Amino acid sequence: MHLLVLNVLREKMMKTMMMMVMMAMMMGVAMGDIVDKTCKQTPDYSLCLSLLRSDPRSSSADTVGLGLILVDKIKALGTETLGQINMAYKTKPMLKKPLDECNLRYKTIVDVDVHTAIIAIKGNPKFAEGAIVDAGVEASVCEGGFPKGQSPITGLTQKMNKICDVTRAIVRMLL
Amino acid sequence: MAKSDALLPISAREEDPLLSDGSRSDPNAETHGRRRPVKGLLAVSFGLFFIAFYVALIATHDGSRSNDVKIESDGTATKASRAHLAGVSEKSNDQLWKLSGDRNTVAFSWNNSMLSWQRTAFHFQPEQNWMNDPNGPLFYKGWYHFFYQYNPNAAVWGDIVWGHAVSKDLIHWVHLPLAMVADQWYDANGVWTGSATFLEDGSIVMLYTGSTDKSVQVQNLAYPEDLNDPLLLKWVKFPGNPVLVPPPGILPKDFRDPTTAWKTSAGKWRITIGSKINRTGISLVYDTTDFKTYEKLETLLHKVPNTGMWECVDFYPVSKTLVKGLDTSVNGPDVKHIVKASMDDTRIDHYAIGTYFDSNGTWTPDDPTIDVGISTSLRYDYGKFYASKTFYDQNKGRRILWGWIGESDSESADVQKGWSSLQGIPRTVVLDTKTGKNLVQWPVEEVKSLRLSSKKFDMEVGPGSLVHIDVGSAAQLDIEAEFEIKKESLEKILGDASAAAEAEEFSCQKSGGSTVRGALGPFGFSVLAHESLSEKTPVYFYVAKGKDSKLITFFCTDSSRSSFANDVVKPIYGSSVPVLKGEKLTMRILVDHSIVEAFGQGGRTCITSRVYPTKAIYGAAKLFLFNNAIDATITASFKVWQMNSAFIQPYSEEAVRALSRT
Repeated sequence: MHLLVLNVLREKMMKTMMMMVMMAMMMGVAMGDIVDKTCKQTPDYSLCLSLLRSDPRSSSADTVGLGLILVDKIKALGTETLGQINMAYKTKPMLKKPLDECNLRYKTIVDVDVHTAIIAIKGNPKFAEGAIVDAGVEASVCEGGFPKGQSPITGLTQKMNKICDVTRAIVRMLL
Repeated sequence: MAKSDALLPISAREEDPLLSDGSRSDPNAETHGRRRPVKGLLAVSFGLFFIAFYVALIATHDGSRSNDVKIESDGTATKASRAHLAGVSEKSNDQLWKLSGDRNTVAFSWNNSMLSWQRTAFHFQPEQNWMNDPNGPLFYKGWYHFFYQYNPNAAVWGDIVWGHAVSKDLIHWVHLPLAMVADQWYDANGVWTGSATFLEDGSIVMLYTGSTDKSVQVQNLAYPEDLNDPLLLKWVKFPGNPVLVPPPGILPKDFRDPTTAWKTSAGKWRITIGSKINRTGISLVYDTTDFKTYEKLETLLHKVPNTGMWECVDFYPVSKTLVKGLDTSVNGPDVKHIVKASMDDTRIDHYAIGTYFDSNGTWTPDDPTIDVGISTSLRYDYGKFYASKTFYDQNKGRRILWGWIGESDSESADVQKGWSSLQGIPRTVVLDTKTGKNLVQWPVEEVKSLRLSSKKFDMEVGPGSLVHIDVGSAAQLDIEAEFEIKKESLEKILGDASAAAEAEEFSCQKSGGSTVRGALGPFGFSVLAHESLSEKTPVYFYVAKGKDSKLITFFCTDSSRSSFANDVVKPIYGSSVPVLKGEKLTMRILVDHSIVEAFGQGGRTCITSRVYPTKAIYGAAKLFLFNNAIDATITASFKVWQMNSAFIQPYSEEAVRALSRT
């Protein structure tokens, strides 16, 4: 008799668990769909996915939220690059001039472009688009200042340009 | 026990095979027991699926708009969506800098000498920081007032408030204290663009968009605190603001830039506000008697699919017969109406000419194939020119156009130089009474007061010629020129049946710029040119043979070689320009440091460019006349004036007094 009750209870628990697992899966797939759907409209789908999914906020974000996550990535990458630039002064002192220019350009990215993008994305997204495009330009110009093959940050520049392209595409969805 | 086993749900039984060594239990027992419990489970999971799906649907609609371009089966929609894509790619070309091939081995960096040269001498700009849209321009008690979107804190967009300045002549300005700041919940995130209306008693109301503390776009009413103050220094915000909030069906960030109001035949005031529904740009219409309460019309002033958000809508009458401006409320058989909008997607201002129906507040274009916002529709300006706004100048009976001219350089440079953006030279706007199909713009007459010394030239310039025009300093110039292609050259080309009709293929943007030589062009002026021509900005005509031996004239500005710098945008701008029988080719160019404004055929085609030379600055900036045509000899007759500075003053009572004496 007890065994029967226990079995019924176990049965109910299993059922509930199955329900919850199913629900979570459905929700996950459905929510992930926004990220998926958004990233499909950017020039680099896999980069977009990896950037957004690496941030837990993306599962419940709207387009503005997704844009802000990517602007955060731009800021983080810009800050990282500034660190690399600083280190390069010691390891490649003959590159002081282009490093100085890069310092200026990346400070613009991190302090100016990112700030403008954040306030504009919420209210008047075309100004955010301008700031993000500018971030890509600043990065490219910095890179272009090094003699060929001597840039210590080529990989980071390329990454910045790719992230800016993706971010720009998402901001354009807000126009 | 076998009996209880049979009662267990399949899940439990299926657990067992998984829990054990993984081998499957008796398949017969599984299939036999599967039917009843599985049905229930299936029903439950379907229900969950639908719930989750529904939730996902709601979630995806939150904040983001549908990206689906509505591809309709009729031709116009397809044209429009193609045009939309074209508009986007134009924008991309404009904004996606390509590092120039002539890159130096040494990093290029801006120094203060180059940057400080960029400030203009006679264009409106604040002493420092960022500016964008013109706001509420008006003439009152002897003063022209200009308000503008301004960031008091930085050389980039943000913290937007209303700057203010006054002038007697639209040229010599004195800055005034800020007119309105973001001090209310309903404009906490920005005191955005708006327009002024004069009431019958001569008083002024200002309607403007506020971005609320929650970033919702609302319309607010403000008025001068003291109408006896000709400087209108202080403004009062109506305590009952906002007077308009986004109506049902309109998203909270798609509702901005109210226009000047006009009187309806029913005696009410009417305004229009740009917006969008999905990808269709629209203009909403409201009627009011007191500017405090409004009734929204069911009809829209107009809408055009696939044009995106309409910003800074402007709506005004133009005379079909007279070359003068009209008050915004004028209507009648001798009048056409202009609808203009700034396209958020492409940052281009477009307008169309059409007919206004006052009874239901609607407007239809004369030519729907070039409807507002379609990429081929008319523009005030084919260069850098946005968020423009007109006002009726009752002082001189003209309609005047202001336009925001942003920078085309990097934000690093803007931050370094401490400022960003200009206003174009104010222009009069009238309908072209000769063609009836476009507007004509011209710098206000008062610009001439800046003319200092002048030199006159008449010359014949053979194919492949370059002539240095010695005018001394060449960064502040007003040039008026007339060109004619020698008859023999024209006849030769028109008579040559084998000469391809290239006009169909030619565009300023895509045909390679001023160094690409054709039979009948390009010819014009190279401004802000270094003597080595390593930097130059040509403004030119290109005459191309069209179908049926017709000639089509293009007017272009080529900034692709304007600067060595690789962090500035260097597009080639321009468009075809109507040239009527018997007309000579005429152009006017205002050069003012980092801005070049070119007016073709009396203002039928206008091009504003921003240029940032690194070498062709100060004394090294020169002027050249050139003729790159292969076959044509041209005669050029032109006058070049040195332009004085407008000496725009910071705020002081002394400066105001000095101006009022003029």
